[in-house]
Amino acid sequence: MHELGLAAAVVETCTEHAAGARVLRVRLEVGQLAAVLPASLRFCFDVCAKGTLVEGAKLEILETPGRAVCLDCGDGVLLATPFGRCRCGGSLRIVAGEELRVKDMEIA
Amino acid sequence: MCTTCGCGSDDITIDGSVPHDVEHNHDHHAHDRGTPDDHTHAHEHHHHETRTVSLEQDILAKNQLFAERNRGWLAGREVLAVNLMSSPGAGKTSILERTIRELHDRLPISVLEGDQATSADADRIRAAGAPVVQINTGTGCHLDAHMVAHGVARLAPPRGSVLLIENVGNLVCPALFDLGEQARVVIVSVTEGDDKPQKYPHMFRVADLLLINKIDLLPYVRFDMDRCIASVRDINPSAQVLRVSAETGEGMPGWYDWLTRHHARAAAVA
Repeated sequence: MHELGLAAAVVETCTEHAAGARVLRVRLEVGQLAAVLPASLRFCFDVCAKGTLVEGAKLEILETPGRAVCLDCGDGVLLATPFGRCRCGGSLRIVAGEELRVKDMEIA
Repeated sequence: MCTTCGCGSDDITIDGSVPHDVEHNHDHHAHDRGTPDDHTHAHEHHHHETRTVSLEQDILAKNQLFAERNRGWLAGREVLAVNLMSSPGAGKTSILERTIRELHDRLPISVLEGDQATSADADRIRAAGAPVVQINTGTGCHLDAHMVAHGVARLAPPRGSVLLIENVGNLVCPALFDLGEQARVVIVSVTEGDDKPQKYPHMFRVADLLLINKIDLLPYVRFDMDRCIASVRDINPSAQVLRVSAETGEGMPGWYDWLTRHHARAAAVA
């Protein structure tokens, strides 16, 4: 549900930086641990883009995998959920997978 | 319309009125005022020629900006702001009511109430004896920092006080939005089941304190306290956990100590 607010923010950011040009393509980086559904974000993006310079733009979502480091043994761990434990039993600190960024856009 | 929270629409109201009618202390609409000098971007209009513009901007950057402004405003006045989050019905308002009644003499408390609709909760808080401003988010599922900026401007919490922000009942979306608070409290009640932390890990990850409420009902429900706390530990090793009952008052002094300690710290930082 919060994807609607996020999509509105993406469209606003692109419109601001497009300086009147037409936006053809937008690339987002969305971490797999970021609590955001890409499909829902896509749907909302099209809705929010209507009537703006971003209308009709192609949305590309680069999903970044979740990665964590063990606080005990220092091992790197791949994560599908924003929690878990290391093989050694240690607690984890998440180092990647929470990204929510507008990377770049193509304008004409 | 303000696209940060959409408050130009009739959807969001602060104490029943549209925020921008109440006070207009942001200048973020300035870019609407077009002057000939405004259009200095020298882009050439070659058709069929495209250009990639690097942005590398956080999608939540606008919210973060408002959150930091709120945090600065609150810190400057030595106000401790706490964001309270839970699913609907976990007992946020009941905990606030009891806290206000039992702590108001020692700690001045004011409340921002977030709900999709009605001022029912604000009425309960007012009856308990604290100043309150109701934010109705309309269809919105969470509070954001911009709404809180409007709410705080209206509420004007006094210097050195405690501001309790009751977020919209929802264990998903509020976790993503920094409001400018100093601490986040997540409330889970024993009637909801001990698997809540694993089902909604994002919310439990951001918590500084977890209040397990309605412990007076433990004899009547299947709730494994150890299992619940262990799963919180997996998600968030540093969160503090307190067991309380807003109904009987059991365990509430621990929560009051926590608030008092954080309140003293907020004054020391400022």
